[in-house]
Amino acid sequence: MSKTVLKCEHLRVVFGGLAPVSDFSIEVKENEIAGLIGPNGAGKTTVFNLLTGVYVPTKGKVILDGKDLEGYSTIQRSHAGIARTFQNIRLFKNVSVLDNVLIGYNHSMKYSMISSILRLPKYWREEKAAKAKALELLSVFDMQGMAKIKAGNLPYGAQRRLEIVRALATNPKLLLLDEPAAGMNPAETTALMETIRKIRDEFNIAILLIEHDMSLVMGICEEITVLNFGEVIARGTPSDIQNNPTVIEAYLGTKREE
Amino acid sequence: MKKKFTIPTSASYAINTIVLLAIWGVITLMISSGVITNYWRGILITIGINIILATSLNLSCGYLGQLPLGHAGFMAVGAYAGAIFMKATPAAALIRSGNTLPVIPLFIIAVIISAVVAGIFGILIGIPALRLKGDYLAIITLGFGEIIRVVLTNIDSVLGFKFTYGAAGLARIPKFTSFNICYFMVILCIFIIHTFMKSRHGRAVLSIRENEIAAESVGINTTFYKTSAFVLSAMLAGVAGCLYAGYIGSLYPSTFKFMKSIEILVMVVLGGMGSMFGSVLAAIVLTALPELLRAFSDYRMVVYSLALVLMMIFRPEGLMGDYDFSLKRIIQKIVNGINKRRNGNE
Ligand SMILES: Nc1ncnc2c1ncn2[C@@H]1O[C@H](COP(=O)(O)OP(=O)(O)OP(=O)(O)O)[C@@H](O)[C@H]1O
Ligand SMILES: [Mg+2]
Repeated sequence: MSKTVLKCEHLRVVFGGLAPVSDFSIEVKENEIAGLIGPNGAGKTTVFNLLTGVYVPTKGKVILDGKDLEGYSTIQRSHAGIARTFQNIRLFKNVSVLDNVLIGYNHSMKYSMISSILRLPKYWREEKAAKAKALELLSVFDMQGMAKIKAGNLPYGAQRRLEIVRALATNPKLLLLDEPAAGMNPAETTALMETIRKIRDEFNIAILLIEHDMSLVMGICEEITVLNFGEVIARGTPSDIQNNPTVIEAYLGTKREE
Repeated sequence: MKKKFTIPTSASYAINTIVLLAIWGVITLMISSGVITNYWRGILITIGINIILATSLNLSCGYLGQLPLGHAGFMAVGAYAGAIFMKATPAAALIRSGNTLPVIPLFIIAVIISAVVAGIFGILIGIPALRLKGDYLAIITLGFGEIIRVVLTNIDSVLGFKFTYGAAGLARIPKFTSFNICYFMVILCIFIIHTFMKSRHGRAVLSIRENEIAAESVGINTTFYKTSAFVLSAMLAGVAGCLYAGYIGSLYPSTFKFMKSIEILVMVVLGGMGSMFGSVLAAIVLTALPELLRAFSDYRMVVYSLALVLMMIFRPEGLMGDYDFSLKRIIQKIVNGINKRRNGNE
């Protein structure tokens, strides 16, 4: 059996009386692609913000690879192995594609400011290695040819992919994808599904993704969690979920017989 | 297809060194032969000081994306620290006797003192202001610049002995800033900013400007890098202050008024935020132009403001945008262009 990478227990957050996430638990294993779905405003992105330390939960635990992350900042959680993409793309637009990825590698590089100002051998060695690694990572996603382009000038689909590459550069154990297929056409979505599978197979990580595109969710997720009004209302395999009356009701409202 | 021509890094370092030495040689020759008068040599030194001020402000303004409004404050701190140290040494006597060689180690110590003192102030101001997200730095540095000036004016009566000599001014500072020293300090400062920015640390600084939330999500320690860039920027302003003290010979708190900070900011904005080349160019133009147009010097601030307004309307990204000059890239482009044409003719 593969090990559990992420374990969440009864996460809850309250903003001024409202609880966008009232009770959220999940377990994601290594090499698993898990899905998180739910209607607009269900609290999905808020869950990601809780996992990454953007918000501090009012209650509940986040356990990554056996380690309780209570009190960890966003930065520390990244170092611990949580990486994410954003629903509204947040790239470093005015720097090159290569630099975007290299910024992801920053934490794994060790040379000091003195080394960089004096251009000591350590600087050259680590820079060369990191650049090679970044180009290799980009080539996994067919982006090596775009290395020198400013990230903001990439076509939309490539921007979404670059966000994933940058997240992977931090060498995560858990990858959180917030609506990776948003704004993509069906052909791009199919390609993205392949990409996500490839990430799981080549990087041996756990993936949790939020998505509204049901063909994608049903196509690649092994387990799906459904959130509605901040609460988990169902969990199961894609076919379970598709036939679950509570889920159908949450998405479509009560069925009206005509 | 033929392989593209690229210059190896070591060669480009060599080329840049040779070019900079050549420029230095030419200017030195012009000074010794009298083509550049004493008056214009002074302006060259002022240009050098302003280049350091503008490029260092560009670090925290253009690269880090903050808005410091008290750069003159750091310059003042560096100027007074360096000047007080130099006055305590036999530098003045050495310079008068024409024995300038032993002044150099003293100068190096003075520059280090200036940088460290300005850096300490940078840390004291930077850490509280930069831990917060938002434009707090602008307000705090604005306050700092004013407070420093008031302190420099009044500290003697608090201390009970003569230290900064208040509004009367700190006079008889050894004039240690020669053209040579200034020229090489400019190169050193630009080199430091360049090598800092073209490293993992510099990329981290850029990532904060670009998107702070995303930077944190990939594990960039934003407070650390914001403070580092800001402190480095303050230290270099301190160095500029030290050079200024050694050039002008007497310091008055009123020199480092808010308008001085704005003058430096105008250089950065006109040159293009995030372009070191732009900062250098703007520092040269905005220092030399008023000298050339001496008759209109009363209107300098009007021209500055007008230039800034026009720039904001027609070219908000500044003259150079974020373009950075690279001799290596230009040579490569020319050679590749020639090769292409030659191949095309075959
Ligand atoms: N910082 C906050 N303060 C107050 N309310 C918030 C905050 N963040 C999120 N919310 C609220 O929480 C609810 C859930 O938002 P969230 O962005 O998590 O939804 P979502 O499931 O990602 O929706 P979508 O599918 O539209 O992206 C929304 O009603 C939102 O207004
Ligand atoms: Mg969302």
